[in-house]
Amino acid sequence: MMTSHENEKEKMDTTVKPSSLADVAQSKSIKTPGTRAMGTGLETRGVHAWFGKHHALSNISLDFAAGTVTALIGPSGCGKSTFIRTINRMHEFIPGAAMAGEVLLDGKDVYAPGTDVTKIRLQIGMVFQKPNPFPSMTIGENVLSGLKLAQLKVENKDELLEESLERAGLWSEVKDRLSAHGGSLSGGQQQRLCIARALAVRPQVLLMDEPCSALDPGSTLRIEETIRHLSDTMTIIIVTHNMQQAARVSDYTAFFLSDGGPGQMIEVAPTSEIFSRPQDQRTENYVTGRFG
Amino acid sequence: MSAAVTVTPTKPWKASKRERLTDVAIFLVAIFTSFVIVALTPMQGKLAYFAIFFIAYALLTSIFKATQRGSAAAKDALVNSLVAIGAIVTVVPVISILATVLKKGLPGISFGLFTHDMALATPTDPLNNGGILHAITGTLTLVVIALILSVPIGILTALYLTEIKGRFTGPIRFLVQAMSGVPSIVAGLFILSAVLYPITKAYSGLMGSLALTILMIPTIARTSEEVLNLIPNELREAGTALGATQWRTVAMIVLPAAKSGLVTAIILGVARIAGETAPILLLTGGGDKVNPNAFNGPMGSLPYYIWKSFNAGSPEAITRAWAGLLVLVGLVLILFTMARYLGSRKGAK
Amino acid sequence: MSVQEIIIPPAREITTEPRRSDKVFRGVVTTGGLSSLVLLGLIALFLGYRGFEVLRQEGIGFITHSDWSISTDDAGNVMDSHFGLAAMLVGTILASLIAVVIALPVSVFCALFLNFYAPGWLKKIMVTIIDMMAAFPSILFGIWGFLVLMPSVEYWAKLLHKYLGFIPIFKMQVPVFTRSPFVAGVVLAIMIIPIITSVSREIFSQAPLDRIQAAYALGATRWAMIKAVVIPHGRSGVIGGAMLGLGRAMGETVAVFTVLNIVFQINWQMLLGAGGNVASLIILKFGDASPYEIKALMAAGLILFLLTLVVNGLANFIVKTTGKSGR
Repeated sequence: MMTSHENEKEKMDTTVKPSSLADVAQSKSIKTPGTRAMGTGLETRGVHAWFGKHHALSNISLDFAAGTVTALIGPSGCGKSTFIRTINRMHEFIPGAAMAGEVLLDGKDVYAPGTDVTKIRLQIGMVFQKPNPFPSMTIGENVLSGLKLAQLKVENKDELLEESLERAGLWSEVKDRLSAHGGSLSGGQQQRLCIARALAVRPQVLLMDEPCSALDPGSTLRIEETIRHLSDTMTIIIVTHNMQQAARVSDYTAFFLSDGGPGQMIEVAPTSEIFSRPQDQRTENYVTGRFG
Repeated sequence: MSAAVTVTPTKPWKASKRERLTDVAIFLVAIFTSFVIVALTPMQGKLAYFAIFFIAYALLTSIFKATQRGSAAAKDALVNSLVAIGAIVTVVPVISILATVLKKGLPGISFGLFTHDMALATPTDPLNNGGILHAITGTLTLVVIALILSVPIGILTALYLTEIKGRFTGPIRFLVQAMSGVPSIVAGLFILSAVLYPITKAYSGLMGSLALTILMIPTIARTSEEVLNLIPNELREAGTALGATQWRTVAMIVLPAAKSGLVTAIILGVARIAGETAPILLLTGGGDKVNPNAFNGPMGSLPYYIWKSFNAGSPEAITRAWAGLLVLVGLVLILFTMARYLGSRKGAK
Repeated sequence: MSVQEIIIPPAREITTEPRRSDKVFRGVVTTGGLSSLVLLGLIALFLGYRGFEVLRQEGIGFITHSDWSISTDDAGNVMDSHFGLAAMLVGTILASLIAVVIALPVSVFCALFLNFYAPGWLKKIMVTIIDMMAAFPSILFGIWGFLVLMPSVEYWAKLLHKYLGFIPIFKMQVPVFTRSPFVAGVVLAIMIIPIITSVSREIFSQAPLDRIQAAYALGATRWAMIKAVVIPHGRSGVIGGAMLGLGRAMGETVAVFTVLNIVFQINWQMLLGAGGNVASLIILKFGDASPYEIKALMAAGLILFLLTLVVNGLANFIVKTTGKSGR
C-alpha cells in the first residue's frame, strides 16, 4: 500500500516539476556507445509500417549503438510498439501488415530475402507487456525453452540456467524451486523469468514492450535495476509510458507522436537532454505533462 | 507535410521469387519421382502415385531446408507437408461423395420422379415407372411432426439453461449433451418398446416422428443455448429494471433478439434428422404410396426409399437409390445453406 | 483510537415473491428443461424392462458368449435360444477404434492447418465444407462407402496384408478382404473426421496468443511453437474430441451395416471380412424376429445405449474441463 502511494506522489511530482526528471536522468553514469566489442549495434533506416491501408508508422531512422539503453516514449497509439515489432519481425504476424525501409543488425538487413527469420529472433530477444511464461513448463524449463524451441545445443545447461536467472536478478529467489511451475511466481518474478528466458539464447539486442506496465512499483524497480546491469552486455530498447522510468534507465530517449496521421519520431537525444532542454516544443509539452 | 519521395508498402516476409521457384522445382521433381518409381516397381494405382509424390515432396523440402537452415527448419517443413495432407484427406471424401451423387443420381432424376409414387412399381422396374412423391411427402410429414414436438422442448430446455439457471442447470446441460450422443437406432428401439408395442401396435409416420424428435431435441437445445448466451445481459437487466416480469422480458426482449439464431438452430436440427435412416426402418413401415395420414398406416420416406432401392440391387434400383440420395443431399444442403446464411447475417448485425 | 466493538448484523434474507405469470413461466420452462432427464431415464427403463427376460435368462453370458440362435416349434413357442453379444461388441469396438486411429491424426493435422497455416479465405471454405460433411446423412456414407470406397479400401487392405502382414494386427489366415472391420473403420473414420476436427479447431483457437508470440519471439519455427504452446494447451481437449468421435462411431448403424459382413464369431483380425456390430445386428435381425428375439434386441439396444452414454459422458466431461481451464 505504502509504495503505491509513494509512486502516485512521485508521478504527481513529475507532472508539476519537470526539472526533477532531468536530475534523475543526469544522476546516473553516462554511457558512451560503441566502446565495447559488441558489434556495431542496430540501425533502422526509413522504416514505415502499415496495417492494411492504415499507415501506422512513418520514416523512422534510428541508430541504437551497442551497449546502450534507448527508451521510446510517446502517447498511446503513436507506433512505438509497432516500431519495435518491426525490428524483430513480429510485425508480420498481423494479417495485412506491410513495411518499408531497412533494419540493419551488424550491418545486415534483417528483411533481406533468404534471411532465416528464426535466427533474427534469436539475436533480437523480446519481453512483452504482460509476463507470459509457458504454463506447461517448470521455471527451469521456461528459462531454457528458447534452446528447445530453436533446437540449439548447449554444453552446460545448468550453468546457462544459473547465469540467465542471475542476470535477470531472479536466481536467489528461485534457485530452490526450479522444478515448480512458472505460474507459482508473483507477477514481477514472472516478468523477470521471461527476461531470463530471453537472455538464455544470448541475444545481442533485447526489446522490451512496456515490461513494467502490469507490475507493482517494487517489482518495477527490480526490473529497472536488471535493465541497467544488462546494458553492460547488450543493446536494449524499451517502450515505456512512465517518464520516470525512461529517465532512470535509458541513455537515449526517442519521442514518438502521431498527429492523426502515421506515427513519427519527433526527436531523439541523450536522455538528460530530452528532459532538460528538448529541441521540439511538442516534446517539451509531453515531458512536462501538458498532454499525453 | 508528406515526404517528397512516396514510399510503397512491401511485405519482405512473403516468399521471394527464388524461393517460389525452388518450391515449384521441388514439386515437379516429386511428381517426376512418383512417375519413375511407379513405372519401375510393381506398385500401381492412384494411391501409389499420390503416396510416393507426397513422401518425395516431404523428404525433398525437409532435406532442402535442413541444408539451408538446420534441423528445426527441416522438421517445420515436414510438418507443413503433414498438415497439408490432413487438410487434403479431410476434403477429398466430400468432393468424391458430392461428385458421385451428382454423376450417378442425375440419370435417375426426371419430372415423373416427383409426381408418382411407387404404389404400382417396384424398385427393379425401368426408371420411368414410379417415383418418389410418397417419399418426399412422407419425409416432409415426419419432419413437420418432429418439429412440432421438438422445437418447444428444445427451446424450453435452452431457456432453462440460460434464463432460469436453476439448480438442475449443470445436470441438464450434461444430460442434453449425453442425449445428443444417443445412437439413432436406440431412439428407434425406445419408441418401439415404449409406444409402438404397448400402445399403437402398428407402424405409422407418427412413430418415426417420435424417434426423430428424440434425436432433434439436443441439437436444437444446444444451438439455442449458444444463441441465447450471445444475447447481452444488459438487455435482460434493462427489461427487469423497467419493471417487467421475467416472463415478459424473455418473451418480448430475449426471444425476439435471438430470433434468427433460433431459426438457425431449428434448421440445423432438421438437417440432422432429415436423412436419419435407422429408426425409420424400425418404425414407419415404409409404405409405397402417398399416405397423408401420419397416424395410420405405413409411411414412406426418402431414407426408406433409398434403403429399399439399394437393397433391391438391380442397376435400375441402384440408380433409384442414387437419385433418392441426390434429392436428400440437395434438401440437406439447402437447409444447411439457409442456416449458414441466417447465422452469418446475425453475426453481421 | 479506542477499540469499539462492532456488531456485525446477520445478513438479511432477500426474498421475492414472483408474480403468478412468472411462476407459471418458470414452471413451464423447468418442466421443459427436465425433459432430457426424463427421456434418458425412460429409454434406459423401457429397454431394460423389455430386455429383462432375456438378460435374466442369459445372465453375464449375454455379453461374453457370441452365439445368436433361436429355434421355435410350429406354434411359435421358443424351444431353445442362445443370445450372446460378445462378437458384436468386439466388432463394434474394433471398427470404432480403427476409425479413431485413422481419424485422429488426420483431424488434428487438419485443425492445425485451419488455425495456423491456411489463409483466411481457404479457412472459411474448408470450415464450411467440414460443417457440411457433419450434416450428411449416414445412409449417404454407407452407400458411397459400399459402391465407391470399398474397392479401394480392399486394395489397401491387401497391401497392408502383403507388406505389413508380419505385424500381428494385419495378420489373417483366410485371405477374404471384402466387408471387413477395416472397411467399416475407414467409412466410420470419414464420418467422424468432421467432429474431431471441429472440437480440435475450437480448442486450438483458444491457445493463448501471448504465449504463441513469446514462442515466436524466442526464435521458434511454426512447428516448434505448436509443440510448445498449442499441443500442451489442447491435448486433453483433443482426446475428448476423439472420444466424442468414438461414441458416434459406436452407435452408427446404417453406414456400418452396408459395408460390414456380420458373423457371430469373435474376430480380432481387422482385415478379415467377418465382423460384428451391435447396432447393425438390430437392423439385421429386426425384420423377421420373433417376439422373444425382439426382447433380446432390446437388451442389445440397452447395452449399446449404456456404452455410448459412458463414452460420451466422459468425452463431454474432458472437453468441458479443458475448455474452462483454457480460458
